[in-house]
Amino acid sequence: MIEEKRNVLERFKSSGRFRGEGILAFALILPSLLVVGWIILYPILRTFWMSFFDIESPLPGSYPFVGLHNYFAAFKSSDFRMVTEHSLYFTFVSTFFELTLGILIALLLNSPLKFRGFWRSIVVIPWALPTIVNGALWKWIYNGNYGVLNELLHVFHLGGQGHNWLGSPFEALNMVIIADIWKNTSLVVFFILAGLQTIPSDLYEAARVDGSTPVKSFWNITIPLLVPSIMVVVILRTIDAFKVFDIIYIMTKGGPASGTQTISFYTYQQTFSNEYFGYGSALAYLIVIFTLVIAWFYIKLLRQGTLEGVS
Amino acid sequence: MKPARAYTIFIHVAAVLMGVVILGPFLWLFISSISPAKELISVPFHWFPSHPTISRFKDIFLQSANGENVSANFRVSMVNSFIVATGTTFISILVGSLGAYAFARLKFRFRRTMLFGFLSVYMLPPIVLVIPLYLIIANMGLLDTKLGLIITYCSLITPFTLWTMSNYFRTLPADLEEAARVDGCTRLGAFFRIVIPLSKPGLFASALFAFLLAWDEFLFALIFTSTTNSKTIPVAIAEFAGKYSSDYGLVCAGGVLAALPPVILALIFQKNIVGGLTAGSVKG
Repeated sequence: MIEEKRNVLERFKSSGRFRGEGILAFALILPSLLVVGWIILYPILRTFWMSFFDIESPLPGSYPFVGLHNYFAAFKSSDFRMVTEHSLYFTFVSTFFELTLGILIALLLNSPLKFRGFWRSIVVIPWALPTIVNGALWKWIYNGNYGVLNELLHVFHLGGQGHNWLGSPFEALNMVIIADIWKNTSLVVFFILAGLQTIPSDLYEAARVDGSTPVKSFWNITIPLLVPSIMVVVILRTIDAFKVFDIIYIMTKGGPASGTQTISFYTYQQTFSNEYFGYGSALAYLIVIFTLVIAWFYIKLLRQGTLEGVS
Repeated sequence: MKPARAYTIFIHVAAVLMGVVILGPFLWLFISSISPAKELISVPFHWFPSHPTISRFKDIFLQSANGENVSANFRVSMVNSFIVATGTTFISILVGSLGAYAFARLKFRFRRTMLFGFLSVYMLPPIVLVIPLYLIIANMGLLDTKLGLIITYCSLITPFTLWTMSNYFRTLPADLEEAARVDGCTRLGAFFRIVIPLSKPGLFASALFAFLLAWDEFLFALIFTSTTNSKTIPVAIAEFAGKYSSDYGLVCAGGVLAALPPVILALIFQKNIVGGLTAGSVKG
C-alpha cells in the first residue's frame, strides 16, 4: 500500500504539474519584489548616480556633473581618513571582544549550571534593549558629576572622582565600544550556543578516553566544530559594527573633537547637516565597498580555517 | 561522572558575575527612573532614592499632549512606535512568507541569485538608502507620517522575514504537501492548508523579529519624522536626552517603558527567538 502510494508520488513528481513552477514562483515572489524593490533598488541606483554630481541641496534641480571628484575628495580629506580609522577600530575591537566574551559565556551557559534556564534568560535582556535606550543608559552611567561608574570606582578606592568618561576623544571611543559590547555580546552567545549544542558529546567522551585534557578538547574539538557558527556571527557583527550610527548619535554625537566620529556618522553629518548630498552619496558608496571587502576578507580567512579544521 | 567541586564552584561564581554585569546597568536604569530629580544630582550619592517616586510614569501616562509636554510626548511616541511596528510586522510577514515558500520549495531559474539579492539588502548600510529615500518620501508627501515609516520599514524588514521563513519551511517534511497534492490539492491549497498551520512557531518567531527590528529602528525615523505625528520612541528619547537641562530620570523612565515591550517579548519567547535567529546557521 505504502509502496503503491510512493510510486504514484514518483510518477506525479515527474508529471506536468511539477513543471511550470517558474510562474507560480514568480507570482509568490512578486509581492516581496514590489515591497523591497522600488524602495531599495531605486535608491541604490539613485545614490550611485548622485555620487557623480555636485549636489548641495535637497531640492530638485540641475547640478554640475563632477565625475569621480566626490570620491577623490573623500580620499584626499583628512577627516575621511580619520573617521575610517575610527570605524575600523570600532569594528575590530568590538567584534573581537564580543566574540571572545560570547564564546566564554556560551561555554558557561552550556556547562552544568544550576538554574540554567534563568542564566540563559538574563543574556537575552541586553539584546532586546533598544539601541537608543542602551546608549542613553550608558551615557548616564558615564556621567562625570552624577554617574554611577565614578561612584562605583570611588567605593572601591579606584579614583574616578568627577571624571568625565566621554570627555576626551580616544577614551570616549573606547567607552562607546564598551556600551556596544555590553549589548551585542548576547547575539554572539545565541549563535555559539546553538553551535555548541550540535556537537555530539561522545566526541568529548572519546577524546577523554584517549587521554585528552578538557583544554586540549576545547582546542581540538570545540573550536574547529564551532567555526561555521563563528564565521556567521563574525560577519554579522562586523557588518553591523561598521555601519554603527545610533549609539554614536545618542552618546556623543561624534564628539569630543570628532573622536567618536565613525564613517556612517560622518556621512550623515555631511549629507543632512551640511547638505552635501553628492559628496554624501559617494561616502555611502565607499561604505558599501568597505563592507564588501571586509565580508570577503573574513569569508576567505575563515574558509581556510574550516578546511584546516576538517583535515 | 560527577564534575569536580572546584569546577562547579567556578562556573557558578562566573554565572553570578555575568548576572551582575548584565543586570546592574538595567537595574540602574530603573532606579534612576524612580529617583526624584533632586536626588539624582545631589551629594552624597544615592544608591537608592530615599523618596522613590513613580510621578514620571504617571506623567507619561496621564498628562495631556500639547506638543510641548515631554512626558506626554513619550506616550504619543510609544503609540506611534506601536502602530508602525505592528503594521510593518503584519505586512512583512504576509509578503515575506509567500516569497519564502517559493524559495523553499519551488524550482526556478535564478533562485539562488534572487535569494542572495534579497539577503544583501540586509547587508547594505542604511545610510546608502536614506539619502534618496528621503527625497522620494518627501516627493510623495509622506515625510512625518506613520505610513511613510511603515512603507520604509517593510522594504527593509521583508528580506529578513523572507530569509527566516524560507529556512523554516525547509525544515518541514515535503511529503505532507505532496500527499495532499496527490489527493487533489493545488500547490497554493497545500500551502495554506498544510504548510501555514504547521509553520506557526516559525511565523511567530519571524513576527517577533520584525517587531523588534521596527521598534528599534532609529536612523530612518530620525530623518523622516519631525513632530509627534510620527515620531517614534527612540527618536523622542534621543531628542530629549540630547538637551543639556534634561531631567535624566525622565530619560530613564522613557527608556524603561521603551525597553519593556521588547524585553518582555524576548523573555517569554526566548526559545523561539534564539531558535529562529540561528536557524540555518549551524549546519555550516
